[in-house]
Amino acid sequence: MSEPVVEIEVEIQNEEGLHLRPAVQFVDIASRFRSAITVSHGSVQADAKSVMEMTLLAAACGSRLKIRAVGPDAHEAIAALGELVAKNFHSVPQSADARKKG
Amino acid sequence: MELRKGIAVSPGIAIARAMVIDSKDYRIPRRSIMTSQRAGEIKRVRRAFADAIRELDQIQTAKRIEEGSIRDIFAVHMRFLRDKRFLKRITDYIEKEMVTAEYAVSTILREIASHFEKVDDVYISERAADIYDIERRLLTHLLGKVAEEVEHLREEVVIVAHDLAPTQTASFNKTFVKGFATERGGRTSHTAIIARSLGIPAIVALEGLMSCVTAQSTVIIDGNRGLVVIDPDEATLEEYRTYARRFTEFEHELDGFRDIPAVTRDGVPITLLGNVEFPDEAEVVLQKGGQGIGLYRTEFLYLYGGSEPTEDDHYHAYSEVARLMNGKPIVIRTMDLGADKVPHTTRHPQEANPVLGLRSIRYCLQNLPLFKTQLRAILRASTLGDVRVMFPLITTMQELRQAKMILRDVMEDLDEYGVPYNAQMPVGIMIETPSSALTAGLLALESDFFSIGTNDLIQYTLAVDRGNEHVSTMYSGAEPAVLYLIRSVIHDASKAGIGLSICGEMASEPEFVMLLLGMGVRTLSMAPPLIPEVKKIVCSVTIEECNLLARKVATMDSQRQIKNLLRDAASRILPVEY
Repeated sequence: MSEPVVEIEVEIQNEEGLHLRPAVQFVDIASRFRSAITVSHGSVQADAKSVMEMTLLAAACGSRLKIRAVGPDAHEAIAALGELVAKNFHSVPQSADARKKG
Repeated sequence: MELRKGIAVSPGIAIARAMVIDSKDYRIPRRSIMTSQRAGEIKRVRRAFADAIRELDQIQTAKRIEEGSIRDIFAVHMRFLRDKRFLKRITDYIEKEMVTAEYAVSTILREIASHFEKVDDVYISERAADIYDIERRLLTHLLGKVAEEVEHLREEVVIVAHDLAPTQTASFNKTFVKGFATERGGRTSHTAIIARSLGIPAIVALEGLMSCVTAQSTVIIDGNRGLVVIDPDEATLEEYRTYARRFTEFEHELDGFRDIPAVTRDGVPITLLGNVEFPDEAEVVLQKGGQGIGLYRTEFLYLYGGSEPTEDDHYHAYSEVARLMNGKPIVIRTMDLGADKVPHTTRHPQEANPVLGLRSIRYCLQNLPLFKTQLRAILRASTLGDVRVMFPLITTMQELRQAKMILRDVMEDLDEYGVPYNAQMPVGIMIETPSSALTAGLLALESDFFSIGTNDLIQYTLAVDRGNEHVSTMYSGAEPAVLYLIRSVIHDASKAGIGLSICGEMASEPEFVMLLLGMGVRTLSMAPPLIPEVKKIVCSVTIEECNLLARKVATMDSQRQIKNLLRDAASRILPVEY
């Protein structure tokens, strides 16, 4: 029986991009799953459980990322990560303020 | 094998393994390791990660961090430190490139940071600062372990560093530290002073040193010639072992001169004094058989510590030296700094030419409260022994009179408060400008003694900055112009019947000792460790042959000719190696 492979494409919409704080959130969620999870940004690929590799994706606001999970909980992993991106990493109030001011 | 030349600030030979002390505030140079050391360096990285994680945990539990952005920074650091791919990238780098843990950490983190800096998005490019933060955190742990290692040394090492801070050297286990080599520093830097007080060789101003020393290199520090040899080949090593052995024998032989008087073979007594800066150097003067202190530099009082020294700061230092010297003469030189070096002042604008600017006695005469504070302390200390005061860089008679007038003012103040002092305290001046040398006959009428500061006298006479590599070869005490001035100052002092000493480096350079004696000098003041060697020369010559040499030199018209003659004369007395 082969393991499930799930893939989605998302667009980073929070102003800060996928950077340190959002990357930490992403890595924390990815690390809860047993599946191997990779994220690609153009030709660059990162292990979703490595904060270094995730930050090196340098995914700014507007970047399109492909998230791919391979493993027993691949569906759940993709669902959780997809939601995190969709909800703009639960943007902290200060960046919401910043946007209002702008 | 690599060779580096710097400024020798403390004599001797040391051959030992290098203990490299990097600094997290300075770019860590690439330093290679041997295959056998890779596992050790990887272990050091892992330990630094573990230590940094523990530290972060402690900080986080110790205080609840409310501020969101700080919490975020900690979270990022923590995720990085726990990121196995990140750790692996560093250990792989050590494995592949064979470099030290410090260099690998620094390189990988800077690689990551530079990746961010290139991104055309301020939110991302600004994050590079966080990465530098992680670099510093890891380096602090790596370097902390090195510092601990130096505290608990079990084998002999020589310390190699970009620069050494007093707080660092204070914790060294000095039994096993055999020498210092640093990229920065000068003759009066902290490293130099510590090395001299420990009696171990030191070389400073070694440009590019850190990047050519590999971890665990064997290093030779030749504090006599200012040379550092890194990873010497077998022949060089053998040569230096022999040299070091002979040097030690020579030093032992010199120790034999400690307790015998400095008298020439034809019975003329010569006074040998020490130049000191710190109170504990006074002890070295006594150990080495010095008869007093010919130059007590007081600049350290102004350069260390955060504020201008108080009268009591001065007094404590002077009374400590007076206590140690127990009645032997002590010549205290008043503050000899340039406006650019006085740390507690912001009043003076930058000078285009500080060497010809507001420095030394000129600065003091324009900053009377600072000058009077020091003079009061010197006068108070004058009752504790044979204390004398000396004004540096006197250029004109008017300056001397002004300085003496201020001294009298301070004496009157002390009289008013009933504070005791020695009203007969001798007042002397340094002769270190052509102007004062040429008018020495006049200055002698109002001075109790002269001390010729040959370093500045040579610089001002020849208009040469010895620190400028393009002209430094022109700097020489053997120039006829310099010798002419020295000869005339000696003549004027003796005519006026006042004391005269030489306190520049010439006083301790073997080739000049005979010449100076032949020119009529009877008192020499030098770095304390050099006293025995100069005493050996004194005891090996007759004044008659010195006079002959001086007369011969007086007929010569070139520096080279004079230097060769003096070298020949000195090599008859001292071993060739020296």
